[in-house]
Amino acid sequence: MSSEPLVLGIETSCDETGVGIVRGTTLLADAVASSVDEHARFGGVVPEVASRAHLQAMVPTISRALSDAGVAADDVDAVAVTAGPGLSGALLVGVAAAKAYSVALGKPLYGVNHLSAHVAVDLLEHGPLAEPCVALLVSGGHSSVLLVPRIGGEQITELGATVDDAAGEAYDKVARLLGLPFPGGPPIDRLARDGDPAAIAFPRGMTGAHDPPFAFSFSGLKTAVARWVEARQRAGEAVPVADVAASFQEAVADVLTAKAIRAAREQGVGHLVIGGGVAANSRLRALAQERCDAAGLRLRVPRPGLCTDNGAMVAALGAQLVAHGAAPSALDLPADSALPITDVLV
Amino acid sequence: MFVLAIDTSSPAVTAGVVTVAGDVVLAAERATIAARGHGELLAPSIEAVLRHAGIRSRELDAVVVGTGPGPFTGLRVGLVTAAVLADLLGIPAYGVCSLDAIGAAAADEEAVLVVADARRREVYWARYEHGVRVGEPAVGKPADVPLDGSTAVAGAAAELYAEVWPELSRRPERYPEPIALVGLALDRITSGAPSDPLTPLYLRRPDAVAPGPPKAVSQ
Ligand SMILES: [Zn+2]
Repeated sequence: MSSEPLVLGIETSCDETGVGIVRGTTLLADAVASSVDEHARFGGVVPEVASRAHLQAMVPTISRALSDAGVAADDVDAVAVTAGPGLSGALLVGVAAAKAYSVALGKPLYGVNHLSAHVAVDLLEHGPLAEPCVALLVSGGHSSVLLVPRIGGEQITELGATVDDAAGEAYDKVARLLGLPFPGGPPIDRLARDGDPAAIAFPRGMTGAHDPPFAFSFSGLKTAVARWVEARQRAGEAVPVADVAASFQEAVADVLTAKAIRAAREQGVGHLVIGGGVAANSRLRALAQERCDAAGLRLRVPRPGLCTDNGAMVAALGAQLVAHGAAPSALDLPADSALPITDVLV
Repeated sequence: MFVLAIDTSSPAVTAGVVTVAGDVVLAAERATIAARGHGELLAPSIEAVLRHAGIRSRELDAVVVGTGPGPFTGLRVGLVTAAVLADLLGIPAYGVCSLDAIGAAAADEEAVLVVADARRREVYWARYEHGVRVGEPAVGKPADVPLDGSTAVAGAAAELYAEVWPELSRRPERYPEPIALVGLALDRITSGAPSDPLTPLYLRRPDAVAPGPPKAVSQ
């Protein structure tokens, strides 16, 4: 028997039903069923639609993960599940499924923090990293800079977060403005490749001398893009969508990377980890690499498929908790839609 | 045979172990009234009833679950729990309309209306003759429910909207109970029928509207 724990992770905080299986830091299965197509016409994730899809997808996704990993349900040492933050009705389906797994087969249950899991997933791709590290988490729901003393440890400090929209939310809103589909990240990223990132000087929110150094604001940027586009439309001019996309994307990537790198330098850490759905963005990855190289920092970003929500990240964090001897969660574990980022294990 | 019965269609978070051996006998039951507590209470309740019945989860032969109608969030907790548990244990899971369990418990009544709270000033309802449902379950305003000869009303919402049905006698059955749930699935259990798909009786569509064109930010 291997000494590394075999952990199954369940993720249902938003619109992806994810079930992943890892052994220690080795990824064995990453099964994901997405309901994103069902939300597209609403221009955003509809919680009730997501919850219904999670219920339908849960058993088939667990089965697929077990068969992909080539393990039996009973071989698993522990079950980890996203306890929050996220959509409450959606979280509840995953938490109930994980509890059922625990009760059926007598496996210990670990209710974990979704945001911490976005950091832990990098271990599956790049192995152990120098701790402490600084992590930048960017998704449709979050934009935060974190100090992580130890992955799977129970202490995380939030150095700063968005005061209004999350980065991914800004992408969705700008995409809608430009007539692009939901979710907005991938189409803007594609369009931006043909545009000039310096064409329009969109504002960099929260970068004034007196602003908190690690806080973000994307609401003003979104409004600035809207005003710029509307002015063109009113004047009867064509909107150069590629330039708008590239300039908007540049403003987002610039602020995110500048603040994350400043945090890493001030904290004196060697590694910057970037996670969350927006970490799949090509410009964010390229600019982060460029700036980390210049700052003498090691950058760690998982491949795009592991940046978006999945069960493997939950399993990865669960395996760290098990390895560090953390006590399992109680069976009355609540799903907490507003789980603070500092609570790694519930 | 040991059968686990679950219902989360109402504020009563219900789990029970029922033995089926010729007779259908309740071995253990736990029902806790907690309108928003399904996610937290159901799994510990299942553990408790297994313990009180003196069996391990792996000794279960089938799972029966109430498929609603009921408030969606709690309802899904019971359904996903039943589905995952049955799948991992390699045993069948059967779905039963939750209103039917109340109607069956009131089978001595010739014609009974069963009502459950659907929130938003509405009820989920169905009519029963000697415990057998007449027509499909539906959702609507209490005053709009057709009585069609019902002489009694059962289910917890009968109390909530007592003023709407002054002419009907009030039955004591309030929530779906394990014995009734298992009774309704008895043929499937004893014949070893394959699992049901376990689809909730939502009866309402998700509240979601497609957005219009973006609003202008500048005036
Ligand atoms: Zn996420």
